[in-house]
Amino acid sequence: MSARKTGNPVSLSRRQILAGAGALSGLALAGQFPRSAYAAGDPLKIGLQAHRTGIGAAYGYWYERTSVAAVKVINDMGGIAGRPVELIVEDDATDAKRAGEVMEKFATQHNVDFVFGPLFGHVVGASAARAADLKMPLFIVSEGSELADGQFNRYVFQTGITNVRSQVKAISPFVIGNVGKKVTMIIPDYIFGYNHRDFFTEAAKAEGGEVKAVIAIPPTETSFTKYFSQIPPDTDAIYHVMVGPGVLTFVRELGEFFGTKGPKLFGFIDSLEAVAIASPGLEFLEGSHLWEAFPRYLSGLDTEGAKFYRDAVGLDENGANKDNAKEVSTNSHMFGCWETLFSIKQAVEASGYKGASDRKTFIETVEAITSFAEGKEHPQGEKKFIGKAHQCFGRQFISQVEGGKLKVVHTTSIEDGLYEPKADYTTQAL
Amino acid sequence: MITGPALLLALMEGAVGAAVLALTALGLSLVFGVMRVINIAHGEFVMLGAIIVWWCSAELLGAHPALGFLLALVMAPVVVGLIAMAADWLVLRRINYDPERTIVATMGLLYVIQQSVLMTYGPDARPIEPPVYFRIQLPWFGYSGYKLIVIALALLLLGITWLILSKSRIGLYMRATRLDAETAQAFGVPVRRVYASVFALGAMLAAVSGVLIAPIQQAHYLMGADPLLLSFIVVIVGGLGNLRGTLLAAALIGIGEGMIAVLFSPTLAKMIATLLVALVLIARPGGLMRESAP
Amino acid sequence: MRQAAFRSYAFHIAVIAALFLLQYVLPAYHIGTFTRIMVYAVLAIGYNILFGYTGLMSLGHAMFFAAGAYGAGLSVYWLGFGPIAALLAGVASAFVVSLLAGIVVLRVSGVAFLIVTLMLAQAAFLATLYFNTITLGDQGIVLSLRPIEMAGLSFALSDPSVKYNVALAAFAFALLFSLWLLRSPFGRILIAVRENEARTKLLGYNTFLYRFWALVISGTLSGLSGALYCLLFAYVGASFASLQYSTLPLLYTLLGGTGVTLGPLAGTAIMYYLIDISSSFTSSYMIIVGAALLVITLWFPEGIGGWVRRFLRRKPA
Repeated sequence: MSARKTGNPVSLSRRQILAGAGALSGLALAGQFPRSAYAAGDPLKIGLQAHRTGIGAAYGYWYERTSVAAVKVINDMGGIAGRPVELIVEDDATDAKRAGEVMEKFATQHNVDFVFGPLFGHVVGASAARAADLKMPLFIVSEGSELADGQFNRYVFQTGITNVRSQVKAISPFVIGNVGKKVTMIIPDYIFGYNHRDFFTEAAKAEGGEVKAVIAIPPTETSFTKYFSQIPPDTDAIYHVMVGPGVLTFVRELGEFFGTKGPKLFGFIDSLEAVAIASPGLEFLEGSHLWEAFPRYLSGLDTEGAKFYRDAVGLDENGANKDNAKEVSTNSHMFGCWETLFSIKQAVEASGYKGASDRKTFIETVEAITSFAEGKEHPQGEKKFIGKAHQCFGRQFISQVEGGKLKVVHTTSIEDGLYEPKADYTTQAL
Repeated sequence: MITGPALLLALMEGAVGAAVLALTALGLSLVFGVMRVINIAHGEFVMLGAIIVWWCSAELLGAHPALGFLLALVMAPVVVGLIAMAADWLVLRRINYDPERTIVATMGLLYVIQQSVLMTYGPDARPIEPPVYFRIQLPWFGYSGYKLIVIALALLLLGITWLILSKSRIGLYMRATRLDAETAQAFGVPVRRVYASVFALGAMLAAVSGVLIAPIQQAHYLMGADPLLLSFIVVIVGGLGNLRGTLLAAALIGIGEGMIAVLFSPTLAKMIATLLVALVLIARPGGLMRESAP
Repeated sequence: MRQAAFRSYAFHIAVIAALFLLQYVLPAYHIGTFTRIMVYAVLAIGYNILFGYTGLMSLGHAMFFAAGAYGAGLSVYWLGFGPIAALLAGVASAFVVSLLAGIVVLRVSGVAFLIVTLMLAQAAFLATLYFNTITLGDQGIVLSLRPIEMAGLSFALSDPSVKYNVALAAFAFALLFSLWLLRSPFGRILIAVRENEARTKLLGYNTFLYRFWALVISGTLSGLSGALYCLLFAYVGASFASLQYSTLPLLYTLLGGTGVTLGPLAGTAIMYYLIDISSSFTSSYMIIVGAALLVITLWFPEGIGGWVRRFLRRKPA
């Protein structure tokens, strides 16, 4: 079930085919099986590179579900520039090597117009490298800060979700001011974790706090207690962010180890994405703080846009699947797919994009965007977009666990997380 | 860095690891000892045990987790034992238990089992509620009460297995086949059936350890790799096919791994253990413990 | 005899020529696929030298593959090597690793050999995770490569046709080298070692030395494959050292037919397409690998190559 069709196949009239024939000449070199035509009404193909299996599977499931919902909404609205959208999903197994193969498959076999969706840092890196080779616009729905630091290339964008550096900058004053000053960090042992380590260490210092220790845990680990004895005894706050299949075990063992008497906790919701807060063994989380990008409970962000989005994706007011309350979503990440698809829509329509030969104009159009307004298209909130760095910035939420639920206690402004990104991709040739 | 509490934690984590490892490794060792084949799919039987306990406690009975757990404790060995018997009958018997071909075939089995689980159960790691949940508060840290129960259950199961092997008729047959299959056959031991039951018993031990470990670790389709590797190490260090050596090595490696993992790094612990095996095999192909019988 | 040798070389060169021409007919996607197949075929050819001809079944070739990949990748990332220097660095590091491994593992044989190679490869895999300040562990390294500069021309490795022809060149080298090796006296003795080591020893050959060099050649070729993979697809990570890269060459070789020079290519191509096609139906596409392993052990121990060869021999010349 890899090629999942969501768009309605539209039959072509002869004239439309002729109209599109001009676009063919530019493509004749690219492959022996050129697309039939680029006429209006011909579907716009968008590839979703999903983490269906591997350590990112929990995210992959919800990324796919959100994207399918968004594409349905877009098609019901009349498609993009009058063309229906066809979503093609490929599994990258959350594996960097497979990611390269999947990018190739999208570009040369499915002949998609754009690719989006990778989240885990190592996969993003591999896909980004192939995007430049294949000249394929790639919208990552990841929180890596490498893009804004200029480590990728002009084909890679991040229009739907903010990055770790900005998130950490926005929340550090709260952590140091309200949770604790001597912090031990528990992070996944790869690039995403290092982002947290580097940016929080820097931000904590600026706020008058101190990082006492950093414990990096491989994302494939299945038992965690053995790591906890490395936490220095004078720690007064634990900053935890964990990903991978073992997150529930992670928080549960953290609770077993400390009980209610341990240091105060501040976590990124990643440690609890797809995990019900009210699970047995998680009682110790009561009163602790968590960062959220998109509040899991409807009460945290009860706007018109958020409600529309939750209904379309099929979420109940507790952020779980409305047909199965045990299936908790990855709500602080998956909205990025939704917003990315709408930003692609906006850019395709503004640039008059017809097919692969218009990619240059398309990319320049995305780079000219300065903001996305809050609404159904961008339910998480308003975004500021810095075109030269290909990165968006938005607000963040801090929630506290109260009675086994998350309650938003602090909302940052966009400016709280804004920084001057190093990257300027507009100088690169296309 | 090495403080008393850290050492205590290392010891406790090591004991849990050792107890479960002993069960898994005993299964692998039994198969090697009697049949002289290595089962690369052994870890997948552990995984199946974990999946079955998830199914019993989450899907079948929405009731108390302890009920599901007890059911799984019976059901997992039965189901996995049947799968193993089928594998013996359909595959291993047909290639005449040739050592190298068995390795290739069981490797095939590994992928088939693992991927079938991925297809049906899905890629997620699913939590399993422990049958009883309580926390023991020590002055320095807390510890999961269930983990202590795991140690007790594992010891009990090891005892039962030991009884079966030393007291029952099937145990006698197994020992006879292990010493010399041809002579045993001449004396009327149904060697083929012994092979099938040994392969099944080995798998059942793995499945039970999967049931025990699942509430600690969650159930995941890729979880078979670690137990396979560790029980390999244990079986080799203990002397291939030597059951007493296997148990001793499990205690040693389990606790040793726990210690290194707590005090240094889990990756380093596994690295040292694997290298140890390679060296043991090269230096003394029979393993550290010499078998008492020829 | 000489005529047979000529015919054999001519046939293999014809296969290489056919692969060269294939790039002008294949659609873009399949050019990429064949590039990968040829790179993996180099790994399988290396594996076949040890397994098919010398009779040693290893489960540790991921170690050699990774040695090549990391040798190339790390020298680009940390030392700024160009592609050709990096390729040489990769091959050299695989050579060194094979030498060391050979000294250690050849003290045992049979099942013990299999386990020792598996354990060493596992330790190597864990080492790529443990030394993650150098290797970047799980996450791996995405490389940015300079173009190949040759004779005043510049070839960008991002160009699919450059990739294809680089892979083809390496494959051609590995294939012809293995053919030459096996027709040489050295190769004949390897086969003798496989068939009857005791007798070969009795005839006065130091069989240890022959097995040792077979392992080193096999490991180095596998490393060439790893280095190529890393450079052509601009990535190296811990997954290159995982068990999968030990089982795949075994599978490719078994499927293609052990001890047949073209077997590795056939096995790799068939398996790669089987996996690729099934991956569009299910996420559990690795089940194909399992099924293939079972089917081969049960019913086709000679693989496709052995079957074809028997079929050809049955025909009157």
